[in-house]
Amino acid sequence: MPRPCWARPWCDGGRQGLTLPAVSHYRLFPKALGRLVAALGVQELHLALTQGFWRTRTWGQPPLQAPAGAELWVWFQPTVMDVDKAWKELSNILSGIFCASLNFIDSTNTVTPTASFKPLGLANGTDHHLLRYAVLPREVVCTENLTPWKKLLPCGSKAGLAVLLKAERLFHSSYHSQAVHIRPICRDASCLAVSWELRQTLTVVFDTFSSGQGKKDWSLFKMFSRTLTDACPLASQSKVYVDISPKNKEKELLEVTPTPASVYEAIVQGDKRTYAVYDLLSPSLFNTSRSLNVQLKWKRPQDSSELPTPVLHAQRYVSGYGLQTGEISTLIYNTHPYRAFPVILLETVPWYLRLYVHTLTIITKGKENKPSYIHYQPAQDRRRPHLLEMLIQLPANSITKITIQFERALLKWTEYTPDPNHGFYVSSSVLSALVPSVIAMKDVDVEQSPLFTSLFPSSDGSSYFVRLYTEPLLVNLPTPDFSMPYNVICLTCTVVAVCYGSFYNLLTRTFHVEEPTRGGLAKRLANIIRKFRGVPPL
Amino acid sequence: TESTSPDSNAFVFCVSVVEGLALLDLGVSPYSGAIFHETPLIIYLFHFLIEYAEFVFMITDVLTAVALYLAIQDFNKVVFKKQKFLIELDKYAPDVAELIQTPMEMHYIPLKVALFYLLNPYTVMSCVAKSTCAINNTVIAFFILATIKGSAFLSAVFLALATYQSLYPLTLFAPALLYLLQREFIPIKLKSKSFWLYTMQYTALYLCSLVVIICLSFFLLNSWDFIPSVYGFILSVPDLTPNIGLFWYFFAEMFEHFSLFFICVFQINVFFYTIPLAIKLKEHPVFFMFVQIAVISIFKSYPTVGDIALYMAFLPVWSHLYRFLRNIFILSCVLVVCSLLFPVLWHLWIYAGSANSNFYYAITLAFNIGQILLISDYFYAFLRREYYLTHGLHLTRQDGTEAMLVLK
Repeated sequence: MPRPCWARPWCDGGRQGLTLPAVSHYRLFPKALGRLVAALGVQELHLALTQGFWRTRTWGQPPLQAPAGAELWVWFQPTVMDVDKAWKELSNILSGIFCASLNFIDSTNTVTPTASFKPLGLANGTDHHLLRYAVLPREVVCTENLTPWKKLLPCGSKAGLAVLLKAERLFHSSYHSQAVHIRPICRDASCLAVSWELRQTLTVVFDTFSSGQGKKDWSLFKMFSRTLTDACPLASQSKVYVDISPKNKEKELLEVTPTPASVYEAIVQGDKRTYAVYDLLSPSLFNTSRSLNVQLKWKRPQDSSELPTPVLHAQRYVSGYGLQTGEISTLIYNTHPYRAFPVILLETVPWYLRLYVHTLTIITKGKENKPSYIHYQPAQDRRRPHLLEMLIQLPANSITKITIQFERALLKWTEYTPDPNHGFYVSSSVLSALVPSVIAMKDVDVEQSPLFTSLFPSSDGSSYFVRLYTEPLLVNLPTPDFSMPYNVICLTCTVVAVCYGSFYNLLTRTFHVEEPTRGGLAKRLANIIRKFRGVPPL
Repeated sequence: TESTSPDSNAFVFCVSVVEGLALLDLGVSPYSGAIFHETPLIIYLFHFLIEYAEFVFMITDVLTAVALYLAIQDFNKVVFKKQKFLIELDKYAPDVAELIQTPMEMHYIPLKVALFYLLNPYTVMSCVAKSTCAINNTVIAFFILATIKGSAFLSAVFLALATYQSLYPLTLFAPALLYLLQREFIPIKLKSKSFWLYTMQYTALYLCSLVVIICLSFFLLNSWDFIPSVYGFILSVPDLTPNIGLFWYFFAEMFEHFSLFFICVFQINVFFYTIPLAIKLKEHPVFFMFVQIAVISIFKSYPTVGDIALYMAFLPVWSHLYRFLRNIFILSCVLVVCSLLFPVLWHLWIYAGSANSNFYYAITLAFNIGQILLISDYFYAFLRREYYLTHGLHLTRQDGTEAMLVLK
């Protein structure tokens, strides 16, 4: 529950906002990011680089989803005068730090959402003009992005859990997402002081079924070709959690080795989960062997693993034929049996797909569903993209279909990418919702809960915050012929010159009766030849 | 949602008006986006009439036809009077009886003009697509009617409306002024005081109405946003949606460095024929108006078939020039074939994917050349007839043999 401003000593009546501490300890916090945050007046920074798409219906609810490509959203402090300038500098500096092409973030793909992306850390008042959000859906993530990410860790990849993170195994995966989150948090429960929190997350989906000879057993060695040997000396906490939640209330379905020292039960994302905990800092862990290789074996062959359908999931596709028009459709599923809840949908569409907002229709169960809040900012050619934010109420057990038509623009030949017929990417739309939890969650002690559950602040136990991303779209645009610039310029100028020439002749010359001339040299020569031939002269 | 072909052009689609109204409903200025580029008066008009849009466009077409009918009827009377006057003054050569226009042949011209406009397939297409070009045509037709009737005030008001809608009718100021001066029997001499007085009056009327209309638009939506969105859009050509004009592909393939230069060149190209035409055609301001409207329709930044329909409606007025037209058959074939090929090649490029943009561009080039040569052919025929009227139809050389007439 956020405490009111006057109760917090670092908040001075809301006029100047949070007085965030300057970053001065670089023992654990990387200096590159610390200096960046201080110099540009950043309040919160979230950067995610993702390869692949999280398949919610087969893999379940993601712990922390990110859209394909690069996503960057930043809250600036109210003291920043020119937010756009700071944003440009920030994206360029981050581009250098993470070796990603974040320098392509400019006004044509940056938006200022008004309802989504509220601050995840401490914030005093939310003037959405201090927020910037950009996605680069075309960005490819590879080893050279992982290396600087690992370098930000206090122990690097030399000790602790990060020794597992070797690129050649991590990128042999169906989904790879690495993220950096910086936000201000309370230093302890009494919230007398504020600290900066840097959170680095790495989400990888290994397909062990296809690589493990048809068995779903896995082990750390099989996945990472390495095992854990010790904890990072600088770490105060170093734990491995293995989800051993029993399905269908059956025990003994799976077996984890070595036997975990403790088991932790929690309600995560509305689901009761049981985790086996391996604490690398406890001395008893490495008693029997020098290294820790967690293994999981399934006792019985799994039959079409039925993960519970997530309460909220969505998909998006583009339809239509030809290169002139098209339609973007988003389907949002609410599978909760009896609870309805609202969802905020944020869509960012590039300017060259001209959305027609009068064709926006939202249909639920055959009837029109009017959103309670719409914020639409139309695009300006070559300057900013479309921004559509809506608060839609999803009835229980329903499918909501949102459609909007667009028209494809013809761009200048220099504005196409080198492979224009590949198409242009439309970044994922973002769905943010407080999903009602099927099981009531009691107030958890923030100190004790695992770190992966504490990114999104929860206000009460009956619902949990979910941010989902839909598929990115690939749309073809009509192309001019790229080999023809000179030809086109010459031909069009010829047509204009034909007009100019005809009009010039008609305007500056007058009619005269033609007087017979003696004829030039050519005519006389021709007459001589004609006389020889016996033909009448010209 | 009516568009299947670009002939009626994204700029003037009724769809953009619907979009503008939807944006207003959402509380966003319609000019904050890149779809709506109509003037605030249009959005005000359609705010009330959007349900009857089809009727509105049909009525505007009928009004245009009626205005043209009345205008040409009056014009014929003026032409006949002038002709009679010149015959009495013996300004014409003796053997030009067959070139003189008789009332019999002039009787059906206004009806032909109205029908040429209404039955033109371009007009029908423009009406079906609900292109706001029809409204432009109506305003210009009323302007022509007011000018020919001699009312300087109404002429200035309609011209200001037409300029406010789409910048280019500004060039019609010169022919209107010349016609009104002629009608008031004021000689067009630079030293004449009455000439300057009348010019100043007309200019003042025109500028005042323009200022009033623009201020009215400001008060409708409480912002000056519409100026860069409407006029900036017309002048800087940011939208490269294919249409029947020359601009779109040219600027799609232009090197960035020269983009501004060529935009300026193309825009000046529309305006700079006015002064030379005014000097050459000062005795014939209505023909000047026809040529000027044609030049605007060909070289404006987002031409549509509706603009072509307007100047083609005037062709029956010059039907007496038929004998002097040199290439009319081939030009009409070019225009007809290109009009038929436009939708075919558009479909092949955008939907079938078996052609590319060059095919459509080639037809654009051929169509515009056809139009340009048509206009210059009519101009040539007009000038030639004038020469014959004053110098006689059967010209002989000094030695008595039949003469050839050349343009030197």
